[in-house]
Amino acid sequence: MNDSARAKPLPTPETQHYWDGAAAGELRLQRCQACSKAYFPPRPFCPACGSRGVRVFAASGKATLYSYIINHRAAPGFTAPYAIAVVQLAEGPRLMTNIIDCPQTPEALVLDMALEVAFQKLDDTITLPVFRPAGA
Amino acid sequence: MRRNQVAVVGAAETTRLGVIPDMSQIQLHADAALNTLADAGLKPGDIDGLACAAETPTQLAHYLGITPTWVDGTHVGGCSFMIHVRHAAAAIETGLCKTVLITHGESGRSLIGKPPRSVRADNFEGQFEAPYGTNGRPTQFPIPLLRFMKTYGITQEQLAMVSVVQREWAAKNPRASYKDKLTVEAVLNSRMIAYPLRILQCCLVTDGGGALILTSADRAADFPHKPVYVLGTGESVETPVVSQMESFNSSRAWRVSGAQAFREAGITPRDVDHLMIYDAFAHLPLYGLCDLGFMPPEATGEFIANRNTAPGGKLPVNTNGGGLSYMHSGMYGMYALQESVRQMRGIAPAQVSGARISVCHGNGDMFGAAGTIIFSNQR
Ligand SMILES: [Zn+2]
Repeated sequence: MNDSARAKPLPTPETQHYWDGAAAGELRLQRCQACSKAYFPPRPFCPACGSRGVRVFAASGKATLYSYIINHRAAPGFTAPYAIAVVQLAEGPRLMTNIIDCPQTPEALVLDMALEVAFQKLDDTITLPVFRPAGA
Repeated sequence: MRRNQVAVVGAAETTRLGVIPDMSQIQLHADAALNTLADAGLKPGDIDGLACAAETPTQLAHYLGITPTWVDGTHVGGCSFMIHVRHAAAAIETGLCKTVLITHGESGRSLIGKPPRSVRADNFEGQFEAPYGTNGRPTQFPIPLLRFMKTYGITQEQLAMVSVVQREWAAKNPRASYKDKLTVEAVLNSRMIAYPLRILQCCLVTDGGGALILTSADRAADFPHKPVYVLGTGESVETPVVSQMESFNSSRAWRVSGAQAFREAGITPRDVDHLMIYDAFAHLPLYGLCDLGFMPPEATGEFIANRNTAPGGKLPVNTNGGGLSYMHSGMYGMYALQESVRQMRGIAPAQVSGARISVCHGNGDMFGAAGTIIFSNQR
C-alpha cells in the first residue's frame, strides 16, 4: 500500500481531540451534559439541543456492522476490492470505517456482526480508528 | 405556496446530449437557455429572474445579457433545480420578479470549462470518510443500500429490475444514450463497481443541459405552449456525509421534501399519473417510492419487479430512461424536470396517455438534499 497517496484528514480546532485520541489508542466521542446525547462527528456543542455544555469521553470501542459497500475502484493508496463500512457504536453514533482482519467479501461481512475498534497509524500525526470482528 | 399560481412556459434541453467535447460548461447553460427562450418566444431582455447551479447567477447573467432583479444560486447538488423552481414560484407569487429563467449545463464527461470535483481534507467528508478509501459517488451513495435490503427483504433480482424497466422506457426515446434491451441476468453479471451495485446500476456520465422559464399562471396562457402549472413544492437538506444520515432505511430530506410538496398540492400519491425519481443509482427509485409515501418500503422491490413502473404499468416512473439510461451529467435533476414538463405538455417520446399530475423528485449531494415539484396541466 502506498500510504503517501492516501487521503488524510486535516484536523480543525474542533476535531483535534478526536485525532489526538486515536493516536493515543482511544476512540473519543462527545456527550451533552444537558440532554445526555452522545454524538459524532466532533463539534463543541450538542447537535441535538444546542447546548455548549459537552464533554469528551472514551468510547467502549464496541460496535456492530450497520452497512457497507465493497469498492472495486480503489482510491489512491488502497488495493481493491475493499469494504467501506459504517458501524453502529454501542454509545449510539455511527461512523465510517474499514474492517480489518476479515475477508472483504459479502460472505464474511455480515450485517450486525460484532466488531471492536482497532487503530491504524498512517503517519506521525494521523491514526485512523478501524474495526475488526470482535474477539478475532 | 399557493397551488397553480405559477407555470412553466418554456422548457428545453441542450441541442445535443451525450458527449459534447466542443462546448464548455457555461456554453451548455447558454445553449439550453437559448433553446428555452425560443420555446417560450422570449428574448434574454424579457427575463428578470435568474437561477442556476454549478455556474453562478452573476456569470450567467453576464454571459446571457440579462439584468435580473432576483437571483438564486442555490447549489445543493442534483436537486438544485427543483429548489430553484420552488424559490422561483415564491418569488413570482410575491412580485420579486415576473419571468424566471433556470439554467443548467454540465460538462460532466468532457470536463470542458469545469473544475474537477475535489474533496477538502478539513471538512467532515475529508476527515471522517475520505481516509477510508471513498472514491467518488459510486463508493458513497450506495453505502445505505445493504441495510435497506436487509431491513425490508429486498432481493438483488428485484433491484436489477430497476435498470431493466428503465431501459425499456429509454428504448422509446430517440435521445436516450442507451436503448438496447437489458435482462436481470445481464445486470447482475455486469462489472462490479461497489457491491452490491454493478455498472448497469450506476448512472451514465455525459454532457448536456436544460433550462426552464416560469411566470405567473395568469400570464401563462399568452405563451406558445400549453402551460404546466406548479401544483406543489418541497425542499430539505440533511447531511453532506452519507455515514451520518439518521437512518439508512429512509432519507429524512426526501420525506420532508416530499410530504411538503404533497401537502401544498393537496393531493395524495393515488392522484399521481407520472413519477420521476432521480436515479443516480438503481436503489434510489426504491427509496423514492416509500419516502414519497407511495407504498411501504418492503413493497418497493416487488412493485418494481412486477413491472408496475414499466411501460404499461400502473405507475410510470422515469419515463425518459432516467440517469441509468437517458443521460446523467452529474446533477441530473434538470433532466427529470424536463421529462415531467414534456409529459404534462403531452409531447414526451414515451407519453403517458392522459397524464394530468406529475411528481418530480430530486436528490442532491447523495441523500444530502432533496427537492420535489408536483406539476399539473390543469388549472
Ligand atoms: Zn444536548
